[in-house]
Amino acid sequence: MLAYIVRRLLYAVPILIGVNLLTFLLFFVVNTPDDMARMHLGMKHVTPEAIEQWKADRGYDKPLLYNAQETGMGRLTETIFFEKSVRLFAFQFGRSDAGRDIGHDIAQRMWPSLAIAVPILVFGLLANITVALLLVFFRATYVDAIGVVVLVALMSISALFYIIAGQYVIGKLLHLVPISGYDGGWQALKFIVLPVAVAVLYGIGSGSRWYRTLFLEEAGKDYVRTARAKGLGERVVLLRHILKNALIPILTGVVVLLPLLFMGSLVLESFFGIPGLGSYTIDAIRAQDFAIVRSMVFLGSVLYIIGLLLTDISYTLVDPRVRLS
Amino acid sequence: MPETLTYLATLKPVLLRTDALVFLLVIAIGGFVFYVRRHVHLREPWQRVFARRSGMAAAVVLSAFVAVGLLDSVHFREPLEQRGNDGEVFYSVEVLSLLDLALRPLKERSEKTYSAPFATHLYAKETLELPDGSKVRDYPRLLYGGAHLGDPEHERWPDILQRSSQGLINGTVAWLIFALLWVGLLAHHGSRPYGWMLRQVVAGRTALPWRTMLVTAGMIFLAVAWAMELAPHYHIFGTDKVGQDVFYQTLKSVRTALVIGTLTTLVMLPFALVLGIMAGYFRGWVDDGIQYLYTTLNSIPGVLLIASAVLMLQVYIDTHPELFETAAERADLRLLFLCIILGVTSWTTLCRLLRGEAMKLQGVEYVQAAVAFGVRDRRIMSRHILPNVMHIVLITVVLDFSGLVLAEAILSYVGVGVDPSMHSWGNMINSARLEMAREPMVWWSLLAAFVFMFVLVLAANLLADAVRDAFDPRLRRGR
Repeated sequence: MLAYIVRRLLYAVPILIGVNLLTFLLFFVVNTPDDMARMHLGMKHVTPEAIEQWKADRGYDKPLLYNAQETGMGRLTETIFFEKSVRLFAFQFGRSDAGRDIGHDIAQRMWPSLAIAVPILVFGLLANITVALLLVFFRATYVDAIGVVVLVALMSISALFYIIAGQYVIGKLLHLVPISGYDGGWQALKFIVLPVAVAVLYGIGSGSRWYRTLFLEEAGKDYVRTARAKGLGERVVLLRHILKNALIPILTGVVVLLPLLFMGSLVLESFFGIPGLGSYTIDAIRAQDFAIVRSMVFLGSVLYIIGLLLTDISYTLVDPRVRLS
Repeated sequence: MPETLTYLATLKPVLLRTDALVFLLVIAIGGFVFYVRRHVHLREPWQRVFARRSGMAAAVVLSAFVAVGLLDSVHFREPLEQRGNDGEVFYSVEVLSLLDLALRPLKERSEKTYSAPFATHLYAKETLELPDGSKVRDYPRLLYGGAHLGDPEHERWPDILQRSSQGLINGTVAWLIFALLWVGLLAHHGSRPYGWMLRQVVAGRTALPWRTMLVTAGMIFLAVAWAMELAPHYHIFGTDKVGQDVFYQTLKSVRTALVIGTLTTLVMLPFALVLGIMAGYFRGWVDDGIQYLYTTLNSIPGVLLIASAVLMLQVYIDTHPELFETAAERADLRLLFLCIILGVTSWTTLCRLLRGEAMKLQGVEYVQAAVAFGVRDRRIMSRHILPNVMHIVLITVVLDFSGLVLAEAILSYVGVGVDPSMHSWGNMINSARLEMAREPMVWWSLLAAFVFMFVLVLAANLLADAVRDAFDPRLRRGR
């Protein structure tokens, strides 16, 4: 098992290098730091000195790959590639273009992101499985047919509509919870209820429909027929046999998402004013802070790769038929 | 009529990059339809798609959207009055489309700022000067919305009702003509008496659900006729912050949504096909390389990759203003680029599916036989494997469409979507969102964008379901 994990970890290394090179190309080669400086300083009245100053302040004034003026290792380390890209491997994110310490920001903003992402995952799973089980219980009846139509309609509505309608009805008309904002400790509860509810409702459409097909696929198998032939009730068949076996693809599908929960949700957080990593990213995109965007790209990839690794491991744990090859 | 022709002759056609791709797509689809009609084994699943009532209804709704989108894809520039010294004609910098021509009154009749649907007065109070010189703060009358009414307070609703019923009558008449003609066509095609065919259609006993098709088309006819009667006299969806008609914006946004939903797939398809099939067929180091490529791309969070790429494009556009003749070209390049980058982030799923299927097919007897006969690899892939994975391609393409339309709105909200000057539902929602806090709320832009988006996406989802059920061999066996 350990050898397997180590091997999988080694596979991840070239992928991370690829991501790193890609972001480096995108941010420093396609457009040079000069372009970025010009954009930040505004298009008019840009003097070469101002550009040099801007670059020097943010450490973009070094050569891209090879610094001929330095000696020894400095030739390679005193470059943009080393300073801005290689350092990411050690999770040294450096400073944002606005001068803040990115690593510190990330460590702080992670928790509000988790505070809404984890409940969304848990309640979403519960809601989707319940709805899907109900539909399977009533399969081939009008309840099922109407239910599927409702699910298709639910998933055809834009996520933005759920958020705006939720804020308007719950927050503005009924005054049940604040429209947006965040607070530490238990006070956070009243701020996270609405975003969680909105996100769970949004997820029901596609989630339940997918789970329903999983359950139905499982329901057509022989062992289910055997269970029915034994005279087991529909409830036992559904909960003990079908649900248990269909949980394997559901749970492994969830595992890949677990690490990404740290990244938060871009749209949800910025609409509800939650100071998590999602709104951090969106603010950076809007302010065109390339340093933050670059760090988040790298962080996201790392978390995704960890998710893949966890998925592989969980497969082998849940389903003994999967061999460690 | 001759006047229209002489007018059209003065225009300077403009072929935007996305226009060219849209026309290419139309030609490709036309060729595909022609090809499918001549082959029974391809025609049969398509008949199953349209035999489903929801599939047929969805197809009708989608074709209405496509018609609007195509009208909006024929672009040109109008000549200016002013001539050069040697009679040289200058053209306006504004790029128009056929849809703009059809909706010209809507486009040009802009108010000062917000006004509600069917309003006759502006949303905000202003200081008005009365004829006797005194000043009063009140809601000013709109310049165009309900301007024909003498006494809006009493005349407005009777006028709206009267015009609505007129519109609905027009729509019914047009629909009846269309429906009777269509039944005539069916009767002629099937060599049956007209009366018999009519009874079959009304009773819903035809092989394809023509009754559903005619009912759906009837609703579209009614809606169009109603809008044609009312839109010239009112702002039926209200006006936005700068006083532009929201109905006009909503219709203009259709093309953006369709372009994103279709061109993205068109752009990514060649890569996914070639790489996916190659990985599955050759295996070995080719497979390793391609798998590495898509895992790497896949591991970057989609929104962030799109955001960084669009940010970089924006830097490029801003530093090279001399490359673009008109603002529309700039916006168009950004749209095309958005499609490409969306394609790059979404081709991996299809590529993985194709790889798996190609791998399976590579072991099948007829492929092995072809290998044994010494058929070249390229020929095996194109003649034996490609046709047998096309159902996966088709299902993915149709399934992706609705997701891409929804994604456009989100990306525009994040600020990395289409150009802010381009009409799109995302931009409409984004600008209306800021006005949510106003009292009373400015809801009409939001609702118009959401409803149109919902109808388009719902139709696409229903069609996708029908296509998947008809083409997926796994599902077919279960029946």
